[in-house]
Amino acid sequence: MPDFKTEVRERLSRLNLEPTREAAIVEEMAQHLEQRFEELVARGMGRATACDTVLKELKEGTRLEKELLQVERQVRVEPAEPAAPGLGSTLAHLQKDLRHAMRSLRLNPAFSAIAILSLALGIGANTSIFQLLDAVRLRSLPVKDPQELALVRVSNSHGRSGNFRGNFPYFTYPIFERIRDQQQAFSGMVAWNSVGFNLASGGRSRNIRGMYVNGDFFNTLGILPVAGRVFSRNDDQRGCGLPGAVISYSFWQKEFGGKTSAIGSKIPVEGHPVEIMGVTPAEFYGVEVGRGYEVALPLCSEPAIDGESQVIDRVDGWWLAIMGRLKPGWTMARATAQLEAISPAIFKATLPARYQSEMAKQYLGWKMEAVPAASGLSNLRRTYEDPLWILLAIAGTVLLIACANLANLMFARANAREREIAVRLALGASRFRLVQQLMMESLLLSAVGAVSGILLAQVLTRILVSFLNTQFGSVVLDLGLDWRVLGFTAAIAILTCLLFGLAPAIKATATPPIVAMKAGSRGVTAGRQRFGLRRALVVVQVAMSMVLLVGAFLFVRSFQNLVNLNAGFRQTGMLVAEFDFTQLNIPPGQRNQFKQQIVDRLSALPGVDSAAGVWIIPVSGSGWNDTVHTNTSGQEVREVSDFNRISPGFFKTTETPLIKGRDFGPEDRLGSPAVAIVNESFVRKFIKDKDPLGSTFRVDEGAGVPESVYQVIGVVGDTKYRDLREDFNSIVYVPLAQDKKPDAGVPVLLRSSLSVDSLTSAVEHSMGEVNPSIGINFSVLRTQIRDTLQRERLMASLSGFFGFLAGLLATIGLYGVISYMVARRRNEIGIRMALGADRTRVLALIMREAAILLAIGLAIGAGLSLASTRAAASLLFGLKPHDPATMALAAVSLTAVAVAASYFPAFRAARIHPTEALREE
Amino acid sequence: MPTPALDRELKKGSAELLVLSLVEDRQRHGYEICKLIESRSAGALRFNVASLYPMLYRMEKRGWIQGRWVDKAGQRRRRYYRLTASGRKVLRAQRTHWQSFVAAINQIAGIENA
Repeated sequence: MPDFKTEVRERLSRLNLEPTREAAIVEEMAQHLEQRFEELVARGMGRATACDTVLKELKEGTRLEKELLQVERQVRVEPAEPAAPGLGSTLAHLQKDLRHAMRSLRLNPAFSAIAILSLALGIGANTSIFQLLDAVRLRSLPVKDPQELALVRVSNSHGRSGNFRGNFPYFTYPIFERIRDQQQAFSGMVAWNSVGFNLASGGRSRNIRGMYVNGDFFNTLGILPVAGRVFSRNDDQRGCGLPGAVISYSFWQKEFGGKTSAIGSKIPVEGHPVEIMGVTPAEFYGVEVGRGYEVALPLCSEPAIDGESQVIDRVDGWWLAIMGRLKPGWTMARATAQLEAISPAIFKATLPARYQSEMAKQYLGWKMEAVPAASGLSNLRRTYEDPLWILLAIAGTVLLIACANLANLMFARANAREREIAVRLALGASRFRLVQQLMMESLLLSAVGAVSGILLAQVLTRILVSFLNTQFGSVVLDLGLDWRVLGFTAAIAILTCLLFGLAPAIKATATPPIVAMKAGSRGVTAGRQRFGLRRALVVVQVAMSMVLLVGAFLFVRSFQNLVNLNAGFRQTGMLVAEFDFTQLNIPPGQRNQFKQQIVDRLSALPGVDSAAGVWIIPVSGSGWNDTVHTNTSGQEVREVSDFNRISPGFFKTTETPLIKGRDFGPEDRLGSPAVAIVNESFVRKFIKDKDPLGSTFRVDEGAGVPESVYQVIGVVGDTKYRDLREDFNSIVYVPLAQDKKPDAGVPVLLRSSLSVDSLTSAVEHSMGEVNPSIGINFSVLRTQIRDTLQRERLMASLSGFFGFLAGLLATIGLYGVISYMVARRRNEIGIRMALGADRTRVLALIMREAAILLAIGLAIGAGLSLASTRAAASLLFGLKPHDPATMALAAVSLTAVAVAASYFPAFRAARIHPTEALREE
Repeated sequence: MPTPALDRELKKGSAELLVLSLVEDRQRHGYEICKLIESRSAGALRFNVASLYPMLYRMEKRGWIQGRWVDKAGQRRRRYYRLTASGRKVLRAQRTHWQSFVAAINQIAGIENA
């Protein structure tokens, strides 16, 4: 059979058709010619004659070429015609690229699954943390025009003394009244105090989140009730008693099922029935982010609720935070100026008589200012803002490491498609278009990863929030997706797409086509240039993992330090029972006795090892301090010391060692000499070398009041007072029984080995026998103390998790690169082994490669750690950021996993059969 | 016997109709189409490689016929063409057109139908 294909090809050669098209035409026409030839031969024509005839038919003039050219030219021109050039063709290209990308990913399910999973986890974690940050820091209050709100505060306040209540005790009521009347910058003022209300009438307390608010609170914030009405100025007049309460939407749903009959019904607040006036909308949670509210009372109701311990008229009763809505046209600066102008008169009029000259001078010099308050105030923010930013940085780093892995994967895929890309480049495809097509895959992966990430983030955020809850109540946050969160997710999705997609795409199209097509099946993938980039990526991964591991170890060790800290007393096994016997109306003169009776009764309960009354519960964040004045061996010391009031048996209950002297006893009561027990820090600070027992010291009682004198009868070991993180301060213990102004309640510490439930019911039962109207609030001391460590627990858990994840990703990256290197050098290894290298040498060769990468990575990582961990210094305890032991630990861990990761490919390399390796090309 | 010039004219006008009607009932490959035209016209109409395939490709680009490679057991793959939906419409239109054209010619030139 003559070769008709060549003939046809020759005729078509001048047409410059696309190779596949040309091949198809050639095949078809050649078949036709062959059949024609066979037909002629079958008819009896000679082979040569038949061949000539067939070829003559083919070569009829230039007809074939002319016709085909016309047809094929139409073919080439046609796609450009539809729609307008530019936008139309771009959209068509994008659509085509998208379909192509989807198909390509579908055909590689393993790769796609790994990529999408890594992206979903990385993007999801970042989005989750950002979502929390957004809710805690960035979001505005759910009120009308929050940007018009200004927080009023004193710009230069130093020491104040008096009674402090609530989360933001910035001002007293007398100061507030004067600001309200004399300010000009604000169209409305907002004043509030966050407090807990007990809704139970006797027995175990039922605490809810409450607040006192001024009459204009809701109106200024633009909050309209969904049922009933909210407070107005008339509801907040001095001496109002209990005109009514405004409740939150969630409380309304929970307590009353959302029925309108709730309006007008009464709820018992601290034993007083209060009528419900109205309900606020569902999205309003108050003005403190992270803390919701349930019941609000007007400021003027505070005396009715607090009775003897009311603060409303006290010039040293600090409990209110104040905001104002700027009048149209007023700026923060102008408001500040006006507030500064009225400051001197206000503080002069409200100067507490108690203040000594130094403190008085400072007080009179206070200046007020206005600062933006669109995002309200927040305790949660104070505690968690910095940790959240650090966690975001950590999560971002993990995402970068994941991107490096993805980039390596994309490089590997690009290698496999080298020939295809080279052919297309040779045929005239523009490099830009090819890069575009390759990027479409990355874009698709990022998009799917981002959407999965957002969904995953909703779950992760809820988990994160659960870390922030304490036994006293859960965190209330608006976690809806707003434009900031979605924008953040979109931005990091695009960024990750560029990071792991662009470099491989550009590199893939950079190879000269002729080189790619000439080379064997392994192609130019062996190019040193490209491999260098992959090695650099692994080094970067190792470095970043080092930073994250160092951070993780720092936080974990910090948390451990706090948990295992010796607080000076035994934290476990103690229950705190806070008793409130206001309802019993016991006259003040008999209260100390009553308190001791409660303690004695509880000590006698079966299963209770000991019990003691106290004023300040250890490590609860509250405190009492006063200025102590001593004059020992001619040296005068005038310093602040912490104080506490306790009953006998306190040191036994808390297992604080009594070092010298004695505990309080029944002889220490009102009328007996004022005695005190001090701790070792106090001795060091105030008494120094003299024998403490029997020495005396004086306590400041305020201007114009004589100092109190105390005699030291005992010395105890140091204990933590307010917070585990502070140093051991000097503490003075004075007897509960010598309290000159006892209030109608006492916290009692109980040490027992009973279970919490058994103990609480025993206590409830016992106190119920005394009088069922006594209110009781229980908490486990150890849990309460652990709750103060939540921030550290959050950092330890999450940074540990991320550190582990980073190490895992870096290990995978290292494994991938080493495996790849081994595969690439199979030939070389085969030759070496054929020439006499034994397995150990091959092993060493590979491991050395890995070791070099690891060493460089660790060195860079160590440098980065030193630079970056400084930012976390304030969150650490018992360690410095440059702690060498921690860095060594991180380096060793990474080395261990790196060795494991590179061992397997190295082992495989050593098992290569030289002849097989050499045979492979 | 038609003159070469007339032959070409007739062919040009009718070729597409011929091809479309040949693939109406079943798919055929190029050589088959070529032979059928020759046999059914008793040799009056004849195509060869150089004239057939450009036409087939043109009709394929227009979407009137669709070609695809078919593998049959024991044979090399061949390219078969079949009529598409739009091709069917075109066939119907061209048939009608031809019928009216032929009728008009008859009318004018007085040719009696056999």
